[in-house]
Amino acid sequence: MNRQRAANPPYRLPPPLFDARCKACWFVVGLAGLVVASFWSLDLQWAQFLSLQAVHSMARFVGEFFPPDTSPAFLRKVALGAWETLAMSALGTGLAALAGLALAVPASRLYAGHTAPARVPTRLILNALRSIPELVWAALLLISAGLGPFAGTLALALHTTGVLGRLFAEAIENAPPGPAAALRTHGVGNGRVFLYATLPQVLPQLMSYTLYRWENNIRAAAVLGVVGAGGLGQLLAFHMGLFHMSKTATILGAMLLMVAVVDAASHGARRWLTR
Amino acid sequence: MAASAAPARDPAWLGRSFWLLALLVLLWPLGVATEFRPWVLLEPGNLRVTGQFLGSFWPLAHGGEFLAMVARETWRTVAMATAGVSLALLIAIPLTLASTQALSVSALSGRMARGPFWLRQALRWLLIVLRSIPELVWALVFVRVVGLGPTAGVLAIALTYGGMLGKVYGEILESGETHATTTLLRNGSSRLQAFLYALLPASAAELTSYTVYRWECAIRSSVVLGFVGAGGLGQQLDNSMKMFNGGEVASMLLVFIALVALADRVSAWLRKVLG
Repeated sequence: MNRQRAANPPYRLPPPLFDARCKACWFVVGLAGLVVASFWSLDLQWAQFLSLQAVHSMARFVGEFFPPDTSPAFLRKVALGAWETLAMSALGTGLAALAGLALAVPASRLYAGHTAPARVPTRLILNALRSIPELVWAALLLISAGLGPFAGTLALALHTTGVLGRLFAEAIENAPPGPAAALRTHGVGNGRVFLYATLPQVLPQLMSYTLYRWENNIRAAAVLGVVGAGGLGQLLAFHMGLFHMSKTATILGAMLLMVAVVDAASHGARRWLTR
Repeated sequence: MAASAAPARDPAWLGRSFWLLALLVLLWPLGVATEFRPWVLLEPGNLRVTGQFLGSFWPLAHGGEFLAMVARETWRTVAMATAGVSLALLIAIPLTLASTQALSVSALSGRMARGPFWLRQALRWLLIVLRSIPELVWALVFVRVVGLGPTAGVLAIALTYGGMLGKVYGEILESGETHATTTLLRNGSSRLQAFLYALLPASAAELTSYTVYRWECAIRSSVVLGFVGAGGLGQQLDNSMKMFNGGEVASMLLVFIALVALADRVSAWLRKVLG
């Protein structure tokens, strides 16, 4: 049967804006509800923030930043703080890479059909380590490690262990199984199979994860000191607490510069590696 | 024929041990800078304090009043993150629209004109500056201006996340398919029309999933902001830690881990549904 068709299809009306069967509509309604409830339940002091007085105090606050303190003695202190921050992040990430690798092996299924009895508990530990932020770890560790960069380093290491351990475990489980299976059929034990077949295959990926986390950790280490865990953050919290605004400005400048340098270096490195 | 036995000795041990030693030598200055002295943790005094604190974790605090307070503060944490991200969108969307090169009319015919080029570049630098000051530092500043409470936290999240979202939105829009956009622009549609009908539909899923991911990050960082006095779960956690109330600390940490896990699940589900 050859049915006659209109030369131009008739225009159809657009669908109605809200339809009880449309999931996206419900999603948008829920989202709007969440946003409204958030603003409504927080007693936000917009009046105080947008008042003339607040604008004045903000302006005075920013005005006191200038001129930044650039006396050589203070600059040396800031440079020391920056070096401390960098060292904290590097050492913390390094320790985390080692601990993450150590935990990633029991947390992964090494071959198809491997029962991996420790997989679930180890993953629980990794998730717990990961979901507590560095700053909370630092505040907790101050009790046993005391004020200073050591607590910050350990805090970075603990949080990053959780992050890297999980990523490493994924990488190990997704490694091509061929070489490992070849060794295993020859009767080589699990440990040596991992060292000589799986690890060499995933090592570049593990390195790139670690470098990426290091970049994040430099940023995190800069602010860890706010709770007293060393580095630039500790200087910042100290001088801001005493209202030394010109010194605060110098420290903020140093932080910005450090983050910018790290960003540029990582961007450059990535371009150079992927070229 | 029997399978040949694996060599008893690592054939590459010389190189491996050399690099391990070299690494240790390189790590030495880092350890000095971060005052890395793990044995401090094992000193009898510290060990006793740590033991007492950890011992007081059990039993968990579970009084009715305490649980009500935790529930209230947990909601405030989520509300701070949601309000902060919605304000961040108010910053990010206009800045993205103004700084996207894909919506440049003068770039259609070869090079972009000088004025628009520098305007876009300046807006991009603004986004980078907003993004590279950590939210904790913004919060420290705003706590001085608007006083303790969630306002400082919301503003801090809004500014930092505004910068992050704006920068990444720009990258997503420019890396997507721009053929339809240029076609519309060439045929005389306005820039907003070209954005709504060509650029946005092409990358809407990616933009939404990145926003949801950032919301998840904002929940984590709003807890951290509590430590500088911006309210929410973090502030209560800080108070309990300062009073060495292990039971309360442990309960709140567990609530926090559950909150992060929940946000993680919700965000993963949303991204799967939307993307």
